[in-house]
Amino acid sequence: MIKSLKNLGDYFIMMKKVMSKPEKYSMFFRQLKLEIHKIGLDSVGIVIIISFFIGAVITIQQYLNIEDPLIPKYLIGLVTRDALILEFSPTMIGLILAGKIGSNISSEIGTMRVTEQIDALEIMGINSASFLVLPKIIASIISFPILIILSVSIGIIGGLFGGQSVGVLTSDFIQGLQYEFIPFYVSYSIIKTVVFAFLITSVSSYFGYHTQGGAINVGISSTKAVVYSSIFILIFNFILTDLILS
Amino acid sequence: MIVVENIYKQFGGNKVLNDVSFTFEQGKTNLIIGESGSGKTTLLKILIGLHELDSGNIIYDGRVFNQMKLKEKRQIRQEIGMLFQGGALFDYMTVEENIMFPLTMFTDQSTEEKLDRVNFCLKRVNLENKNELLPAELSGGMLKRVAIARAISMNPRYLLCDEPNSGLDPKTAILIDNLIKEITEEYNITTIVNTHDMNSVMQIGEKIAFIYEGSIWWEGNKEELINSNNMELNEFVFASELFKRLKKS
Ligand SMILES: Nc1ncnc2c1ncn2[C@@H]1O[C@H](COP(=O)(O)OP(=O)(O)O)[C@@H](O)[C@H]1O
Ligand SMILES: [Mg+2]
Repeated sequence: MIKSLKNLGDYFIMMKKVMSKPEKYSMFFRQLKLEIHKIGLDSVGIVIIISFFIGAVITIQQYLNIEDPLIPKYLIGLVTRDALILEFSPTMIGLILAGKIGSNISSEIGTMRVTEQIDALEIMGINSASFLVLPKIIASIISFPILIILSVSIGIIGGLFGGQSVGVLTSDFIQGLQYEFIPFYVSYSIIKTVVFAFLITSVSSYFGYHTQGGAINVGISSTKAVVYSSIFILIFNFILTDLILS
Repeated sequence: MIVVENIYKQFGGNKVLNDVSFTFEQGKTNLIIGESGSGKTTLLKILIGLHELDSGNIIYDGRVFNQMKLKEKRQIRQEIGMLFQGGALFDYMTVEENIMFPLTMFTDQSTEEKLDRVNFCLKRVNLENKNELLPAELSGGMLKRVAIARAISMNPRYLLCDEPNSGLDPKTAILIDNLIKEITEEYNITTIVNTHDMNSVMQIGEKIAFIYEGSIWWEGNKEELINSNNMELNEFVFASELFKRLKKS
């Protein structure tokens, strides 16, 4: 308990250092570009694959659940759409990215810590926390919403294919997609995504930055990064849903 | 010149430095020697503020470092070149980018000026035309030389080296030692080298501090070191047969 309070304190101390103006903007934008590549572009593949299949499965399950002939078939499209926008894309993709990006960030920064590269930055007179972490946070805040919009789109395409495979009419599905569309759901989804992006990158950076010892500890930090990022995503998902939707 | 006065430092209950006072002179290669675990790295890291000290003073040419705010400390740090034990090159940057990095961060030089400086520093450490290699592609000796090139790229007033020749073969080790000594004299900087390697001590030791039980147990130059009767120092220096014979002859 005392240890987790200390962790939390250290986390805020680090974040205070992170949130300072970049020393050199040309360098900052260079780092930012690199990070957008690593965090955003390199995640496109996994997001597409997962979203497609989940979209298909959601649709098939809706179809199988609706036995009552009175329930209109276009509801399948509507439910798929809302499930993707509200929960699946932001939360589940968030969890998957916590695994992929979280471990990546934590082991990268952890390695820099144990090989004294962070010390080298500090002694050059550079705010290492800000230099390393800020571009990652901003890159993720830019990339994640785009990934989530991509995920919803691909999920819907998956749903279309999945629906066809069990005999849902494409016209019904598309009618459902357009039916009672609530734009606010998209804003809600983006808000969640931005919060998750911040949580994953900052929590993982924290564990990497505070790695002590040698290579083994880099592995331990990276496991912690994934576990804690995931837990925080679930907790904040609950809080945000409670605050915004109800 | 760097002066340390009455430095105390403990980690938990482990008292590492107990009342360390010493003057590191300008234009000289000042050596800190002592067994592994005696606190050499800790002292260097305290000097640059990577560890907080418990009490004492660190004075860079009259400027009291430990009383400064972080911003002022960063100013001083830009005058320091540091050579870390493992090199600590940024592993996703090429040799050229590594050396150019401090210049990009702290100067407004054009790319051409920076490249000139990079090539000058690379030439100084005898590593011309290795600009595009990544740290993973370098041998141990090359890695150290690139790290030296990076450390001197900003024309430092102070050069701190933590075990610069650990993990190197004897010939390369002497090369690195000599390089550090030459650079020190050429640019009249204050250099501190941590080492437990007696070869280095005999090669470049002008002013030597022996750390034992957390304090400066003995100080002097290499001739005085050979002729000293200090028991703990002799135990450290003459641990090997070679140096025992050297003493007898
Ligand atoms: N960050 C740290 N936290 C706790 N103890 C440390 C830390 N750094 C060094 N020590 C301890 O300080 C002592 C001196 O270590 P060090 O300065 O690395 O010695 P040397 O460089 O002479 O081999 C050792 O007992 C080491 O365990
Ligand atoms: Mg050491």
